Amino acid sequence: MGIHRAGRSLFRPQKPVNRDVLTAHRRLLEDIDRRGALRGALSLGALTLLTGCDVTEEEPVQNALRTVSAWNDRVQAALFRPDHLAQTFRPDQVVKPPRFNAHYDPAEVQPVDGASWTLELSGLVADKRPWTARQIYEFPEQEIIIRHVCVEGWDYIGHWSGPNLRRFLEHVGADVTAKYVYFHCNDDYTESIDMATALHPQTILATRYANDPITDPFGYPLRLRTSTKLGYKNAKWIRGIEVTNTFTETFWSGQGFNWFAGI
Amino acid sequence: MPPSAVKSLDRQALQTLPKPQRLHPLPIRIMHWVNAVAVFIMIGSGWKIYDDDVILGWLHIPEFLTIGKWAQHGLQWHFFGMWIFGLNGLAYLAYGIATGRFRRKLFPISLRELLTTIGDALRFKLTHDDLTHYNAVQKILYLGVIIAGILILTSGLALWKPVQFSALAALFGDFQTLRIVHFLCMAAIVGFLLVHVTLALLVPKSVIAMVTGGPSIGQTVSGRGTVEAASR
Repeated sequence: MGIHRAGRSLFRPQKPVNRDVLTAHRRLLEDIDRRGALRGALSLGALTLLTGCDVTEEEPVQNALRTVSAWNDRVQAALFRPDHLAQTFRPDQVVKPPRFNAHYDPAEVQPVDGASWTLELSGLVADKRPWTARQIYEFPEQEIIIRHVCVEGWDYIGHWSGPNLRRFLEHVGADVTAKYVYFHCNDDYTESIDMATALHPQTILATRYANDPITDPFGYPLRLRTSTKLGYKNAKWIRGIEVTNTFTETFWSGQGFNWFAGI
Repeated sequence: MPPSAVKSLDRQALQTLPKPQRLHPLPIRIMHWVNAVAVFIMIGSGWKIYDDDVILGWLHIPEFLTIGKWAQHGLQWHFFGMWIFGLNGLAYLAYGIATGRFRRKLFPISLRELLTTIGDALRFKLTHDDLTHYNAVQKILYLGVIIAGILILTSGLALWKPVQFSALAALFGDFQTLRIVHFLCMAAIVGFLLVHVTLALLVPKSVIAMVTGGPSIGQTVSGRGTVEAASR
């Protein structure tokens, strides 16, 4: 092996090094060496653990992950079966009251005044006249008992009723060939779903839970319930519905959660 | 004959011989290390997701062992890693079945050999002189981790799409049962990795073999062919 052969080199001192110095300070040298090796091993080990806090926050890594997430949106849209119904359940399996979830505590919920509340329609909708709660409650109802799946992993069976979203969109003359339906909420939450999901038979604008009007923490007077999306896609306290072809980030997708979020 | 002539003759002879097979053919080595990265991502990000809604009340995975700052980043990593793990895993299964590697390496598993190996292991009498042969415990562990890999992938798909893949999800039962299956598969794989990595580090030549390919095995007629191929 040529590398280790000590040939004559320009960079080699002509006289050999005085090795007495090394022997005299042997203990110190060994100590330094040991400490160096230990430090090296530790930092190498730490590097593998650092992935959690450092590497993932790097801009290029974040961009790459978001690109994959956008690709996953397309895969999920392709996997989506427009006529495939989710499993439904018996009334005795229903959890009462439903499980609360928002990005804040139930105590911080700002109740909506049903008497003055209106539902505004915007975007690619022919009839943009706002709806009152009474009008919404008079619209033909659909009942579904479906599973709510949270992105965190928990789930529960809920019993929801209210206007079927497809029938509602057709009723107000929405362009159902548009790409997205956006929901603007009273707590400044926004969510949007793809049109295929909006037109799914198990997608409703829920006004009742277990036959009674939805209570304040769960989205009174109007919320979305669809059997084919994760919980966070089901906007609560809806005050506006917008039909559009323009994508804008929603409350959670803007923070890195997957937009399509189909189940 | 001048030495150069001998060399060229030998080379000719080698070319007519069947190609010697390495212990770990190149595709296996590539898939092994790709899988190592994928599993690292999947476990670390999976732990992040797990922490948001723990299955076992006493088990919270320490932050420093998880991948991703917040839950959404864990999810992003998980649904990125799933492509690598899934596609690489499918390629591995197809390769293992098509080349007969699984049949050759993992079967048959004899009960007697299993008991002897366990006995030897408990008395620290296991030898690792021959990397090319798997003992019964190794066979069971490798077969088991392959099955856990298949199960974690299918349960993961069902967890991701319990409605679109409702037939698959129904095989596992309830949604929470599905989560537990996915979790237990993870635990099995982590358990396997603890043993696998520890033993690999104790027998460093096994790690080197997974990089270089290791010794040549069988299939060559002459001993010289094997030696030459091994020292290439």
